[in-house]
Amino acid sequence: MPKHELILLKNMMQLGYTGSLQDYERAGGYQALRKVVGKVPPADVTAMVMKSGLRGRGGAGFPTGVKWGFLPKGYQGPRYLCCNADESEPGTFKDRQLIERDPHQILEGIVLACYAIGAETAYIYIRGEFVLGARILEQAIAEARTAGYIGTNILGAGITANVWVHRGAGAYICGEETALLESLEGKRGLPRVKPPFPATHGLYNKPTVVNNIETLANLPHIVGRGPEWFASIGSPPKSTGTRVFCVSGHVNEPGNYEVPMGITFRELIYEHAGGMRSDKPLKAFIPGGASAPFLTANHLDVKLDFESVAAAGSMLGSGGVTVMEEGTDMVWAALRLMEFFYHESCGKCSPCREGSSWLVQTMRRIVAKRGRMEDLETLVDLCKNIEGRTVCAFGDASVAPIMSTLKHWRAEYVTLIQEAEAANLIKLEPAGRH
Amino acid sequence: MLARRAASEGPRWTRAVRAPSIPSPWVGRQGSQMLKEKYQEEIDEIISRYPVKRSALIPLLYLAQRDEGFISEAAMKEIAGLLRLTPPQVYETATFYTMLNLKRVGKFHLQVCKSLMCALAGSDTVIGWVKTKLGIGPGETTSDGLFSLSAVECLAACGTAPMMQVNEDYYERLTEERFDRILADLKRDGTCSLKTGPFMWPEPVAVKGET
Ligand SMILES: Cc1cc2nc3c(=O)[nH]c(=O)nc-3n(C[C@H](O)[C@H](O)[C@H](O)COP(=O)(O)O)c2cc1C
Ligand code: SF4
Ligand code: FES
Repeated sequence: MPKHELILLKNMMQLGYTGSLQDYERAGGYQALRKVVGKVPPADVTAMVMKSGLRGRGGAGFPTGVKWGFLPKGYQGPRYLCCNADESEPGTFKDRQLIERDPHQILEGIVLACYAIGAETAYIYIRGEFVLGARILEQAIAEARTAGYIGTNILGAGITANVWVHRGAGAYICGEETALLESLEGKRGLPRVKPPFPATHGLYNKPTVVNNIETLANLPHIVGRGPEWFASIGSPPKSTGTRVFCVSGHVNEPGNYEVPMGITFRELIYEHAGGMRSDKPLKAFIPGGASAPFLTANHLDVKLDFESVAAAGSMLGSGGVTVMEEGTDMVWAALRLMEFFYHESCGKCSPCREGSSWLVQTMRRIVAKRGRMEDLETLVDLCKNIEGRTVCAFGDASVAPIMSTLKHWRAEYVTLIQEAEAANLIKLEPAGRH
Repeated sequence: MLARRAASEGPRWTRAVRAPSIPSPWVGRQGSQMLKEKYQEEIDEIISRYPVKRSALIPLLYLAQRDEGFISEAAMKEIAGLLRLTPPQVYETATFYTMLNLKRVGKFHLQVCKSLMCALAGSDTVIGWVKTKLGIGPGETTSDGLFSLSAVECLAACGTAPMMQVNEDYYERLTEERFDRILADLKRDGTCSLKTGPFMWPEPVAVKGET
C-alpha cells in the first residue's frame, strides 16, 4: 500500500483520539490561528489560500481564495460565513466523519476563514439527521469559546467570530448554496436565481461566503504549514492537496480514504478499498456522488483530480465513489437515482419539476418491462430539455444517471424493451386482438 | 398515516397540499402560549443567535416537535406570533422539510435509507424485514403506536450500508441478527447499544495508522 501523509484524517487515525479540545491542542491544534490572528493581515491569509490552490470540496471545485476575493472591498456592515455541512449527496459521508471525530479542526478552519473575510458571524448549516454531529459541534464550540478561540476578543486580539450551529430539517436541495441561505433565513429551501451571487447578496442580502466543511478543515494546515507545502501535494497546479473519498458499493472495504489527488480510481478501489467484494469484476462506478455521470471499467485508470475526471466525461463532485460489480442492472441503478432526484426537486422551475416526474415515470415503465422503443427518444428529449435550463445545478445533476447509463449501457435498455415487446405479442396473440 | 411520508409517495414540492391540515390565517392568530410558558429562556436564546427573527423558525419548530412529538397547528400559530410571521409563512416552511412531522408518528420512527448505495447493499431486504416482523410498510405505523416506517433518501452512511435511523440514532451495517436485536432492545429499553457513536469508517486500527 503506498504511503502518503494524511492531513485531515491524521488526528482521528490515532487510537484513543477523542476530538476534545485537549486532544486537538496536543496534536498541534489552534497553532495556525495563534500564528495569524492579530499578527498577519486578513488579506494575506486570503492570499495564502489562493496560493495554496485549494478548491472547494463541496461539489463545484471552485478555488476558495478566488471566491473570498469576490467579497466587495471596503464594505461597511456585516458579512457572513456559512459552513455547508448539509452532506446529502448520495454516496457522500466524509463531512460526517470530519465533524464527529475532529470538530475542532473544522472550528479552527472556520475562525481562520472568518478572520480572512472579516465575518463576525458564522453559521454551520448541518443536515438535520446529524443529531449527534450537531451535539458534538455545539460542545466543541463551547470548549473553544471558553478557551478564547471563538467569541469576542479572540486570543486577546480584539477580533470577533461567533459560531452557531443551525440544523437543517431534511431536504437535499438545502446543500445548494442559495437554497441553504433561504433555509437559514427560515424559508423553504428554494435556490435563488443567480446573479447576484452570495458574495455580494447572500445571507440577509449581505456579503456571504459559503464553504464546505472539508474545504474549511484544510485551512489550519494551509496556514500552519504554508501554501507552498499544500500546493506541492496532489496533482498541482490545478488539483492540490488531498481529498477524503467516500467509497461505497460492491467493494470489500467501503469507507473514507484520504488520498492525494491524482491517484487513479484503480488505486483507490483496489488498494485502499480492498477491491471487489466477490469474484465478479467491476462493471461501473460513479466518481463523485449521485450527480456525477457513471463511468465504466475502461475508466479505472483515470486520475482522481478535477480535470482528469471532467475529461473522462464526469466530475469529481463531492468525492463519493460508488462501485458496482458485473451483474448490476444499470437501468435499475439509474432509476434509483432518478427517484431520488424526483423526490428532492424543490419544484421552483418547470423543467426540473415536471421533467423529473416524466423521467421517473418513463424509467419505471421500462424497468417494469412495459417500455416501448420510443421511450428511449423520450428520455433523451426530456434530459436535453432539463439540462442547462434550470435555476440551479440540480437540473443538470438529475439527468446525469440516465444520460450516462444510456451512453454506456444502451443495450440494457433495449433488451428490457425488447422483452417487453415480446411479452406483449405473446399476451396479445391468443386474445385475438389487433 | 405519517406526515413524514415515504419517499415514493410523491415529490417534496407536493408536501404542502398533502399535509394534514392547513392553519387558517385568521382564526386564533395569537394561538396558545404553551411553548412560551414552558421554554421562555430557550426560545429567547435561540432567537438571539440571529439578526433576523425568521431564522429561528426551524429551530422553534424542532422545539415544538420535541415537546409534543409532532408539530401541531396550535404550535405553528404560536411560533408565528413569537416571530411576527403569519401562520401561512410558518406553514409554508414547515411543509417543505421531511423531518418536520405535522402528524404523530410512532414512538420509534424507523427510517430506512433506500437510495442507490444502500440498495446495492440490500436496503430493500431491510424494508422487507420490517414488513414481515412488524407488519408495516413505508408510511405506516404499528397499531400499538410503537413503530413507524419511512423509506428515506441517503443519510450519509453509504459506506456502512444498509442502514437506518431510529429517531436520533443511526444503526449501520445492518444484518438480520442485528436488526432483530435493535427491535427487541428498543421495545424493552427504549434504546439500543448498537447505535453508532462518533462516526469513523474504516475504524482506526493500530497497524493501519499509516495507510
Ligand atoms: C443540488 C446541489 C446540492 C449540493 N449539496 C451540497 C452539500 O450537501 N454539501 C456541500 O458542501 N455542497 C453542496 N453543494 C455545493 C454548494 O452549492 C456549494 O458549491 C458549496 O457548498 C461551496 O463550498 P466549496 O466552495 O467549499 O465547495 C450542492 C450543490 C447543488 C447544486
Ligand atoms: S433545478 Fe430543480 S431543484 Fe433547482 S431550482 Fe429548479 S426545481 Fe428547484
Ligand atoms: S445511500 Fe443510504 S446512506 Fe447513502
